[in-house]
Amino acid sequence: MNSGLRIIVLIKQVPDIGKVKFNVEEGRIDRSSASLETNPFDLNALETAIQFKEHIGGYVTVVSMGPPQAESSLRDALARGADRAILLTDKFFAGADTLATSYTLATAIRKIGFFDLIICGEKTVDGDTGQVGPEVAEHLNIPHVAYVCEIRSATLDRLLVVSDMGDKYLIEVKLPALITVTKDINTPRLPTLRNVLKAKKANIEVWSADDLADYGELCRFGLQGSMTTVFKIVFPSEEGRRGLIFHGEDAVEKLVEVLRERGFIA
Amino acid sequence: MNQPVKNGVMVYAEQEEGIVHPVSFELLGKGRELADRLNIELWSVLLGYRVRDKAETLIHYGADRVFLYDDQMLEEFDVVKYKHVLVELVREVAPQLFLIGATPLGRSLAPRIAAALNTGLTADCIDIQIDDRGEIVQIRPAFTGNIIAHIKTRSRPIMATVRYRVMKPLPRDNSRRGKIVERSPPKLPDTGLKFLGEVSTRSVNLAEADIIVSGGRGLKKKEDLNMLKELASLLGGVVGVSRPLVDDGWISKDHQVGFSGNTVKPKLYIACGVSGSPQHMAGMRDSEVIVAINIDRSAPIFRIADYGIVGDLYEVVPKLIEALKRLKENE
Ligand SMILES: Cc1cc2nc3c(=O)[nH]c(=O)nc-3n(C[C@H](O)[C@H](O)[C@H](O)COP(=O)(O)OP(=O)(O)OC[C@H]3O[C@@H](n4cnc5c(N)ncnc54)[C@H](O)[C@@H]3O)c2cc1C
Ligand SMILES: Cc1cc2nc3c(=O)[nH]c(=O)nc-3n(C[C@H](O)[C@H](O)[C@H](O)COP(=O)(O)OP(=O)(O)OC[C@H]3O[C@@H](n4cnc5c(N)ncnc54)[C@H](O)[C@@H]3O)c2cc1C
Repeated sequence: MNSGLRIIVLIKQVPDIGKVKFNVEEGRIDRSSASLETNPFDLNALETAIQFKEHIGGYVTVVSMGPPQAESSLRDALARGADRAILLTDKFFAGADTLATSYTLATAIRKIGFFDLIICGEKTVDGDTGQVGPEVAEHLNIPHVAYVCEIRSATLDRLLVVSDMGDKYLIEVKLPALITVTKDINTPRLPTLRNVLKAKKANIEVWSADDLADYGELCRFGLQGSMTTVFKIVFPSEEGRRGLIFHGEDAVEKLVEVLRERGFIA
Repeated sequence: MNQPVKNGVMVYAEQEEGIVHPVSFELLGKGRELADRLNIELWSVLLGYRVRDKAETLIHYGADRVFLYDDQMLEEFDVVKYKHVLVELVREVAPQLFLIGATPLGRSLAPRIAAALNTGLTADCIDIQIDDRGEIVQIRPAFTGNIIAHIKTRSRPIMATVRYRVMKPLPRDNSRRGKIVERSPPKLPDTGLKFLGEVSTRSVNLAEADIIVSGGRGLKKKEDLNMLKELASLLGGVVGVSRPLVDDGWISKDHQVGFSGNTVKPKLYIACGVSGSPQHMAGMRDSEVIVAINIDRSAPIFRIADYGIVGDLYEVVPKLIEALKRLKENE
């Protein structure tokens, strides 16, 4: 391991949101309907890590919890410049809410041992909670800064970042720490063909619940460790939307008329 | 002793520089309704420095009891310090339900508290109900707004962040009486976080806007945004955009509507040359009235529109501007 920042990037594999199908009758998400990809915000997290590595040196470990096929996201991360990849996969991890997910990830990080910085995406495009990052920080008892949209400077013991909370704030944070990044922080690079080929052969470590047993409580993983349950899924209703389309020469007049009726024009 | 006797619904009162975020009053409105149905008290907790007078305001908006931590140590929002204080309070008074605004600040703070308490947290709710069994149901969009999930929590407190502008505040009642419980924060360690001030203030707050005129890739060049600005100003509104226009540097991110930008809920949203991607709709689908102007009848935006014009925005928008100007002149 070379000198520099020891960085852990957390990445989640998600369905391609543009393609995923939802079964309206059964209120079910048909996960097999869409191809899988790395959560877009996590590519920004990874790019942030790679840039640290280039600028001040470092070693980047990517960690993902998910089913075995999440391996492909980890391979992609290696092709983009990560040094080590760990997949947490086990039926005991399944059915996790953010509390159990973050606990499991934090436990794996304890097993990894040393780190200076953990980087997460702002949120995912599926579960969409944005909770896993701050929860991991809490489990590990380190500070976090959410919605980081710019890194102003970095040394081996502190970062100066801009956090986008609507208004933007400059925050200095002592390492070890966790940050979650927005899409605005950078434009993720594409992997080179050479690196894709190299990553194909790279080793991906696979850890099960047993592998984490010395570092955390098994009962806090997966379904057992989850406190929230999604018990029903419905679809946003467009009922009540009028869907009135105006045609022809006087379409604009008609629109102005309804806007007036509804009180938008004095 | 000021110890509450039975447990309650707790609402986190978010404040910045002494100004209470309006989502806090909305949560008190919802919290009041839930507390009454559960027959328990409504509590609120306020942290900050020189914010004492705001505690009274929270009572006027429905709180029975306000836990007030007014201390210089809490002048700035340090997520770890705030977490320490709130976790200690929740452990002591044990609310059944703890509601926090789903603002950037709330969404950074709430998960830390939930993890420390080992309790469930539901994100960005748009409704909270009590079902036939008397259980609390939290309702939230997920999958980039494509679905709405109904969620129950088996641990206590049940925690939820709640989206701004979905709950209704009660009318302020200055004669309402309640109790202010003053507390001192525990000794807080150095958290490793240092606040070095604001870098930039947003140029516009779309979340607060009542009328938004939005442009998408149907616009051919940056200057054409002026047309939408004119329309917006005639209506007393502001300009929004889809993400590609921000990516191309036409306008600041403050104007972006959608999954990676602002979530908005104006009274009127006029989308011009916006196709209606899931990511865009995730940020505006709850607008009260949606108008779509698009050249393509099959654009998804029409599916959520109340009114639409199928046509070239370069013809429709100038005509609309003309018509509004004429109305103004005739006044
Ligand atoms: C419809 C629906 C609604 C849900 N609502 C809730 C809810 O309100 N509360 C709740 O607690 N759970 C909820 N869940 C469960 C939640 O989606 C899962 O726990 C999920 O594993 C993590 O949450 P997320 O996708 O929201 O991640 P986020 O918290 O949005 O992710 C933020 C970042 O954390 C990292 N990360 C997240 N997951 C992983 C992972 N598996 N491996 C590595 N890194 C990761 C990534 O860097 C990611 O960018 C819901 C699930 C569904 C299907
Ligand atoms: C992780 C992620 C996050 C994202 N976040 C956001 C977000 O926050 N907000 C967002 O908007 N997007 C977001 N996107 C991008 C999103 O997927 C779409 O690419 C984007 O919303 C499309 O913008 P648009 O509707 O302006 O462009 P297009 O989809 O290209 O649509 C242009 C529309 O203009 C119409 N048009 C063309 N010419 C005319 C004319 N002369 N008159 C009238 N109509 C005309 C066309 O018919 C078309 O419907 C995100 C994507 C990802 C992957």
